[in-house]
Amino acid sequence: MSGLTYETVARFAQQGGTVFFGLMFLGGLIYALWPRHRQAFQRLAHLPLEHDEAPDV
Amino acid sequence: MSEIKASFLPVTEKRPSLNEPVGSMTQAIARSDDAPFDAIALYIFTGLSALAALVATALTKDPSFRFHGWIMLAAFLAAFLTMSVGLGSGRFRSDSTRYADGVIRAGVIATMFWAFAGLSAGVLIASQLSWPRIFYFPDLAWLNFGRLRPLHTSAVIFAFGGNALIATSFYVVQRTCRARLAGGAWPWFVFWGYQLFIVLAATGYMAGITQSREYAEPEWYVDLWLTIVWVAYLLIFLGTIWKRKEPHIYVANWFYLAFIVTIAILHLINNAAVPIGLLESKSYSAFSGVQDALVQWWYGHNAVGFFLTAGFLGMMYYFVPKRVDRPVYSYRLSIVHFWSLIFIYIWAGPHHLHYTALPQWAQTLGMTFSIMLWMPSWGGMINGLMTLSGAWDKLRTDPVVRMMVVAIAFYGMSTFEGPLMSIREVNALSHYTDWTIGHVHSGALGWVGFISFGAIYCMVPWLWKKTGLYSDRLVEWHFWIATTGILLYIAAMWVSGIMEGLMWREYTPQGYLANSFVETVSAKHIENIIRTVGGLMYLSGALIMIYNLWRTIRMPSVVQTSPGLVASPALLAAE
Amino acid sequence: MWKAHAKFERHSLILLIGIVMVVSIGGLVEISPLFYLESTIEKVDGVRPYTPLEQAGRDIYVREGCYGCHSQMIRPLRDEVERYGHYSLAAESMYDHPFQWGSKRTGPDLARVGGKYSDSWHHDHLSDPRSVVPESNMPPYRFLAETDLDYRNIEARLTALKTVGVPYSKAEIANARADLETQVDAFAGEKSGLKTRYGAKVAQRDYDGDPEKLTEMDALIAYLQVLGTMVDFRTYKAEDPENLR
Repeated sequence: MSGLTYETVARFAQQGGTVFFGLMFLGGLIYALWPRHRQAFQRLAHLPLEHDEAPDV
Repeated sequence: MSEIKASFLPVTEKRPSLNEPVGSMTQAIARSDDAPFDAIALYIFTGLSALAALVATALTKDPSFRFHGWIMLAAFLAAFLTMSVGLGSGRFRSDSTRYADGVIRAGVIATMFWAFAGLSAGVLIASQLSWPRIFYFPDLAWLNFGRLRPLHTSAVIFAFGGNALIATSFYVVQRTCRARLAGGAWPWFVFWGYQLFIVLAATGYMAGITQSREYAEPEWYVDLWLTIVWVAYLLIFLGTIWKRKEPHIYVANWFYLAFIVTIAILHLINNAAVPIGLLESKSYSAFSGVQDALVQWWYGHNAVGFFLTAGFLGMMYYFVPKRVDRPVYSYRLSIVHFWSLIFIYIWAGPHHLHYTALPQWAQTLGMTFSIMLWMPSWGGMINGLMTLSGAWDKLRTDPVVRMMVVAIAFYGMSTFEGPLMSIREVNALSHYTDWTIGHVHSGALGWVGFISFGAIYCMVPWLWKKTGLYSDRLVEWHFWIATTGILLYIAAMWVSGIMEGLMWREYTPQGYLANSFVETVSAKHIENIIRTVGGLMYLSGALIMIYNLWRTIRMPSVVQTSPGLVASPALLAAE
Repeated sequence: MWKAHAKFERHSLILLIGIVMVVSIGGLVEISPLFYLESTIEKVDGVRPYTPLEQAGRDIYVREGCYGCHSQMIRPLRDEVERYGHYSLAAESMYDHPFQWGSKRTGPDLARVGGKYSDSWHHDHLSDPRSVVPESNMPPYRFLAETDLDYRNIEARLTALKTVGVPYSKAEIANARADLETQVDAFAGEKSGLKTRYGAKVAQRDYDGDPEKLTEMDALIAYLQVLGTMVDFRTYKAEDPENLR
């Protein structure tokens, strides 16, 4: 008998999972909203609008 | 015509860059004498592959395997001979001052060719279901629905969609990294290797060589071949990112990268199988029953999530901003969109297995994450649509923009419908019915088809250096015929799906089942016909597009006399 | 910050590793428990590996892409149980490589089609579906009755299946060819030991109505006739706690 029963899997998915994945999402959100990244992101957003003809050498 | 043919050969590399002074031209010609390493490696690889194909074809006792052996041998020999000529004439020298666009032009042509083939196969099998007495041939096994259905799905998903993704990803990664594609001649290997994969898969289905795993039908050796091609694709994509002159990696490339890597993982695990012999086409899945079912739908749903969604979102994040000439609505939203989408999507597979013998905890997890998936999906939709803010007039003036916007709208619609159908109680009704088919087609025809058509309408004038498309009016015709076709298709499938679902569970007052199965089949006859008409309209739209693109390619190119005056495609396209 | 070129490369590798990690979690949590949670597959008497003839028939079922229109998974819903029979158990497809649960019912579910129709009905229906069911839109499979079954590699097939976990014994693999030929011969008796190996319930007869030939039709009908018949639901207690998942 392995220790993994339906109950442990369910508990992991419902409680541990929620907390862990919530924290991961928070991390992503903080990265995206971090004020210092603002300028870089603005530049990035304009990337497709430039550089059509030839690569930089 | 000669131009179309020429674009299949990497001749562009031979043309001296317009930006270079005359002095470096002679230098370039001098350099072309020694063939580059990557081309020699590819040359040896094709030679060895031809040899392996020859040995396998000669030794096998399995007629199916031999049939594919001949195809492979022919393909490798053709490649080997072409390269023998090409290497001698110095065609494979890579010019780092230009983008590698030849392979993208070939990709555009292949995309439209497979669109025609895949949509035609769809119309044919829809006709078979509508008029079985006309469209079945009792002695032609290879034209039966069971063999053509995977041909249709693979042709539209992997041949049409895959070529569109490979071509646009090569286009986008070069422009946003400001670097030429890595790998020299190898992008051509990816292009032709992928076409070989498609031909092997398609001929295999018709010959009965199949694993009968939905959207993963090709047998083990075709899977191995795709693995080789896919690893080369990944390395070229990564290599181009490593070469980049732009410090950041634009978000479209994130989506493309997630698509490439995840598809590789899914493909390898889902296709784990044991062949009955090294020279036999038949294999058996490494998994069985309930485990096999979950592995397959983990694969199947993420083929939707990463092939048909993430990859095409990469397309959206480049071509929509580019076409309307303004940055994406919120770059921050695109980051959150990316990570939450790829994280949540991978869990959603079990919703294909509601009420089956799959343990219920797995079904519940699948359902929960499927419903959560609605949020990142709509985040992406909002990001795409709002990119037009301040340029909404383009919706009226530019039919290509309209096509892409309607694609995003269909994306929003089907990513709302999907979570709805993943709810167990809804799924109890919708599963096994035509509703699912309608849902898939609102995503495939509406989202995947239209965003690809939009991107190709953008790219063709840019790639072939034209002032614009041959005819914007024809784009209008394409748009309206195809949109009407989609609406007919999905409306018919909603009606027939919900109808048959209700008929299956209908009881007489005495407590008996009200309908035999075949009564639910004949009840759908009209809807089947409407579906066929809708598909035919969508195919007609694609044919109009092919004509329009062909005329565009044949238009005179923009004359670029001096290196200083390089016209911006964005400006030209806006005209 | 962006001056060191090495850092650019690392950046894309970090992105790559991040993607791989993020997309791996869901699959690991959902799929891997199925391989060692003992409750995934219930303990049932009667489920056995397919006989060589049935397996050859299954390979034809797979080759023709029948899963595109026929499911083999009865859900525990009232109308389905009444239309098709007892809902499908995980154990019933434990030797199915690949599973053929399907996802669409353009035609009816086949999980328990075994024994519901006669062999000759199947023969007629497969050869020309509309001769039996006028409103059907199923493709015709007349060629199956005209094609000799190719079983030159039947031992290799069973061996590969054994490699992926189907418990075929050495004797079953060694006698695969004889067992296959015995099963379509109603008068062969117990010549090869077919029933000793696969059980007394194994149906031994000519399936396609033509005893002179061993065709693909024989094999496919043999497979269809065994579908869903292995478990005896008079003795199986579906509501017992150990059978609930």
